Amino acid sequence: MSSWTQAEEPARPTSVFRSGHASRAGLGLLLSIAALAAVAVGPYSLKFDDLAAIAAQGLGLATDAPVSRQQLAVLVDLRLPRVLLAVLTGGGLGLAGAMMQGLFRNPLAEPGLLGVASGAAVGVAAAIVVLPRHIAPSLPFVELLQPLCAFGGALLATAAVYRLARQDGRTSLAIMLLAGIAINALAGALIGFLSYLSSDDQLRNLTFWNLGSLGRADWKTLAVLGLLVVPAGAALLSQAAALNVLLLGEAEAFHLGVDLKRVKALGITLSALIVGSLVSACGIIGFISLVAPHLVRLACGPDHRHVLPGSALCGALLLVLADMGARTLVAPAELPIGILTALLGTPFFLWLLKQRSAGGSLA
Amino acid sequence: MTRGLLHGPVLSACLLCLAAIPSLAASAPQRVVVAGSALTEIVYALGLEQRLVGVDTTSTFPESASALPNVGYLRSLVAEGVLSLHPDLLLAAGEAGPPTALKQIRAAQVPVERVETPYSREGVAAKIQAVARALVAVEQGEALIRRYAADWQHTDAALTARGQAPRVLFVLAHGSTLQVAGRATAADAVIRLAGALNAITEFEGYRPLTAESAVMIDPDVVLITTQGLATLGGNEALWKVPGLALTTAGKSRRLVAMEANYLLGFGPRLPQVVLDLSRQMGEAAP
Repeated sequence: MSSWTQAEEPARPTSVFRSGHASRAGLGLLLSIAALAAVAVGPYSLKFDDLAAIAAQGLGLATDAPVSRQQLAVLVDLRLPRVLLAVLTGGGLGLAGAMMQGLFRNPLAEPGLLGVASGAAVGVAAAIVVLPRHIAPSLPFVELLQPLCAFGGALLATAAVYRLARQDGRTSLAIMLLAGIAINALAGALIGFLSYLSSDDQLRNLTFWNLGSLGRADWKTLAVLGLLVVPAGAALLSQAAALNVLLLGEAEAFHLGVDLKRVKALGITLSALIVGSLVSACGIIGFISLVAPHLVRLACGPDHRHVLPGSALCGALLLVLADMGARTLVAPAELPIGILTALLGTPFFLWLLKQRSAGGSLA
Repeated sequence: MTRGLLHGPVLSACLLCLAAIPSLAASAPQRVVVAGSALTEIVYALGLEQRLVGVDTTSTFPESASALPNVGYLRSLVAEGVLSLHPDLLLAAGEAGPPTALKQIRAAQVPVERVETPYSREGVAAKIQAVARALVAVEQGEALIRRYAADWQHTDAALTARGQAPRVLFVLAHGSTLQVAGRATAADAVIRLAGALNAITEFEGYRPLTAESAVMIDPDVVLITTQGLATLGGNEALWKVPGLALTTAGKSRRLVAMEANYLLGFGPRLPQVVLDLSRQMGEAAP
């Protein structure tokens, strides 16, 4: 009894993440473990022997355990791209969220609030409802129409918000947030109109797309998304120092020689690109972009050199875990992942709100 | 015409071919996943339910189908979930998807048989034929089609003497807004098969119902699913829907409610559904 109490030291939440670098390494390690577990676990049962044999085959080693083509297909064509898509999507959403929160110096800012996600949603809804009637579904690039429409919608919404907020060569962040609310309302109306126009079939497709899923992952989707998201993400990461200066205030940042116009334009356009393309492939997946940056700031403070990469890692980790749940909880069927992230994210968010407002640090 | 085709040279040729190739008969799929309620019904009606290893959420008839592993809603199938049941065939209705999932399932060397037929009596016969062929159970298929044809003879005989065809409004109640069925819907097809008229001819598919348009359309009978009626909160709640009470149907409370899958499923029970619907519409007459 006494030895048990002795061993139970008071937990220090920051002890694990003493510095940003350590926390990044820790998150990276956790993400690797989670991703490996996600590849190994799924409704289609693959034993450890099978996995080892497939891995050995992949490395060009001879094995005596035969691997069926179906096992290989499940692992290589279904699970691997899906886990990678979860990493990419979670990472992209976490990073875009951290960027927005940094740019607006507001912990509640996220791509959803600025109309980026709903702009993308209008694009996808238009692709589902309007396009098939006029464009032959046999076109070779028909799979690309949806992501393109989503990016178009996201960019349009973002550009509109940005233009509205530009006054006399300056950008007002308050007006930008309000414009985001207005664009969200407009997007809601457009989606409502499109669902009015839609047939019963299209409406059901729209509903299911809206709930979010990583189930459409394949190598082609992943390649297209990767080409868009990875460079955009790298460019966002390079803005960490500028965001840190921005923390001091716009006037101070200006006097310290930061090209605010450029940072904002870059941050907003690239976030739109990332969120728009991800929404087109996975539907609406909420809360990752809001929760991941918060978790990282709790663990390692407000320095954006840690917050930006940390949020990408944390978002990826959260989504890999959520998707593992989505795939396995009701197997062989599957839960829409948007439901899962919202169910887990909302209580956490409310708790966070309570904590923050009690501490008086909510901007 | 279709009946002639079914018993005609095409089917005989198929039968001969199958009989002549024993290897084909031996390769009959033994582990089948079905996505689509009518297809599930057909597998049961063929007496081949022991080959089923999974169904989708729409497959609620017969009741024992619900006990099978469920691969989710047929429009949002997931390849790994379906493959985890180790099927050697996926029977998929026309609405089944998304295309990526079907492609991935094919890529994992599981054959996918799409069965898409129009909402008609011939369409159901073609569906039976397609399922029987996919399951390499042509004899059972023949027998079921004969039974289906006999059911239709019974229904046709019972439906002959009829008065003026009532104008029927099908109301779909999913959430807060009611929708009504226009042309090219399962509801439209089943209403016409039962010898009635769809009160809406102006548009295709489903559209929201407005109070004034309900009065203008002025149906003699309102048709609804029992599920939809339950969503609304029963008969009385339905007649409180703005506009409906002012119609001919509303004034005389002419309402027919039927289970959704039974009414709109277009499976082998279609002759019974049509007879049942026609009788209930007659009984709903004042």
